Amino acid sequence: MLPFWAAATLARTAAVTSRALGRGSGTVIGGQVLLRLAPDAVRRLAAGRTCALVSGSNGKTTTTRFLTDAVRSRVPVANNSTGSNMTTGIATALLDDRSPTAVLEVDEYYLPATLAATDARVVVLTNLSRDQLDRYGGVADLVESWRRMLAQAPAGTVAITTCDDPLTTYAAAAAPRAVWVGTPYRWALDSTLCPACGALLSRDGDHWWCTGCGFARPEPDWRVDGDELVDPSGVRRRIELSLPGRANLGNAALAVVAAGELGVAPEPALAAAAKVGGVEGRFSTVRRGEHEVRLLLAKNPASWSEVLDMLAGGGRPLVFASNGRAADGRDLSWLYDVPFESLAGREVRVFGERRLDMAIRLETAGARPRLAESLDDALAGLPAGPVDVVASYTALQDLLASPPWSQEARR
Amino acid sequence: MSGPSALRIIEVYPALLGTYGDHGNLLVLAQRARRHGVAVETVSVAPGQPLPRQGDVYLIGGAEDAAQVAATAMMRADGALADAVGRGAPLLAVCAGMQMLGREFPGPDGAPVAGLEVFDLVTSPGPWRAIGELVTDPAAELGLPVLTGFENHGGRTVLGPSAVPLGRVRVGFGNDDHGTEGVLAGHALGTYLHGPVLARNPALADLLLSWAAGPMAPLADPLVDQWRSERIAAAPESVRVHRKIAAERVSRSRPDAS
Repeated sequence: MLPFWAAATLARTAAVTSRALGRGSGTVIGGQVLLRLAPDAVRRLAAGRTCALVSGSNGKTTTTRFLTDAVRSRVPVANNSTGSNMTTGIATALLDDRSPTAVLEVDEYYLPATLAATDARVVVLTNLSRDQLDRYGGVADLVESWRRMLAQAPAGTVAITTCDDPLTTYAAAAAPRAVWVGTPYRWALDSTLCPACGALLSRDGDHWWCTGCGFARPEPDWRVDGDELVDPSGVRRRIELSLPGRANLGNAALAVVAAGELGVAPEPALAAAAKVGGVEGRFSTVRRGEHEVRLLLAKNPASWSEVLDMLAGGGRPLVFASNGRAADGRDLSWLYDVPFESLAGREVRVFGERRLDMAIRLETAGARPRLAESLDDALAGLPAGPVDVVASYTALQDLLASPPWSQEARR
Repeated sequence: MSGPSALRIIEVYPALLGTYGDHGNLLVLAQRARRHGVAVETVSVAPGQPLPRQGDVYLIGGAEDAAQVAATAMMRADGALADAVGRGAPLLAVCAGMQMLGREFPGPDGAPVAGLEVFDLVTSPGPWRAIGELVTDPAAELGLPVLTGFENHGGRTVLGPSAVPLGRVRVGFGNDDHGTEGVLAGHALGTYLHGPVLARNPALADLLLSWAAGPMAPLADPLVDQWRSERIAAAPESVRVHRKIAAERVSRSRPDAS
């Protein structure tokens, strides 16, 4: 067995070589080499550092960004900012940056192993809902694995989650300590049943409770009220974001609370969140010909619901980009769980490998889909000015790899 | 909503039995009925609420295990669905919906749970999930074109001696990887096809409507025809990819990295 320092040196060399050969950023290569030589690399690299992990079905990349920038207002932070959120990406982030504090976005299924390896002090669970069911089957097993993970976590571990999601609440309730945040997340179709006992959950306004076992929504320690964040002592602070959408208010709230656990006061944390103008290309607006194109990600029914809520009021022309690769889900049946009926009567231009799935779903909803070959084909003929482009996960990656996004300096 | 003569489509507990997009079956069926000039009333029944006894078509979707067990208990206590099937009302039950209408199916811990015995079939847990595009040749007496959809189930379903399969597998896994797919019992249909199945197969939607409201004239759907061809052509590769993933998962017993 190679000594760890030698494995790490080889991995760094591989990453540098890959970059020099023009084979991309080296993100994956370095981590792959390292994990091959030292399977316990994440544990070795995390030892002695203060780690915060962020996971969940939706909002993890944005929440990670809010939290990273907040903590960076005080100390340097290692971070997997490219969204590589499985073991390889995490190992690479820790290898590349030796800052004593690390904020890591973690894939839902890799969270238990990552928590065990890093002994992270702070675990942020954004929310859980159906996502990529053709890869993972369902959310029930995931909820149980998170609960076991937090039940076994070291005494100093704090779980921060929304008390408006019964699934993440059930998981976090097993943690040594939990902080509850009231958020404007509204997706409830994956928590019809009590995660603790399987009886029907009752709901009334924000409150939810189980008539079978008494499991119920905890009183929030922090809560979002309108566009204000209310702290445990009742102090209200405005959440001013550059990013659009109701869900991002919740993401910012979780990040502010997590930043507090890492020693950053709410004011600088909120100020850092306010400055975030785009996250991995999402939400950012770029000029393409005579159009100002705003790029949005929608990858499952819950995230689509939030995006539709954002689009409902606006009259901007709409373009949807739909793929069906592994990260999008190869089964797109879930498009029928998305309330596209709010777009009834509106024209939507649709392109991508699975544009027919999307167009037929939109037709069923009473919208007027028009097939296009590409983004430029979709934009052709639309009036000059702002356009909203909503893309699936890999469709978004493809767009970001093409001009004009590929020419923007990406953070 | 519509007058007393409207066709009533009942969606059974979508909040429980709607995990895999099967709510789309209701949307498509109602839309097609309107296109055929048939007035429709759709009723989506919340779990715990009584199921209407006088529905014209009943739709049941797929679910995770705990929801499947809870819904079975509610439907048994309610009784309306068995009555509806008894009087020959058209019924479409997808995936977990089909399993729970059989003799028994596996609960969350894998132990058998008694089903509602509308269908003569038994479902037991399998070693891996059958996932991927599914293409079948439907039973000849239905007069339907090839059926396309997407399957995603851990259970293995074996038909009893009195059961007729809905179709024969052309590409995919089906009930138990031995050639049959779904079940056909009079006007009650069970299938593993998601997609949703009625969106992918408008002729099947029209068949259900015709059982409830008389013959339906064909409608032109060039976009759907194109979609069906695309998905049917994609099926062999889809099945190959998912079987490879399943084999890797069995050997590692954990989710895959992308």
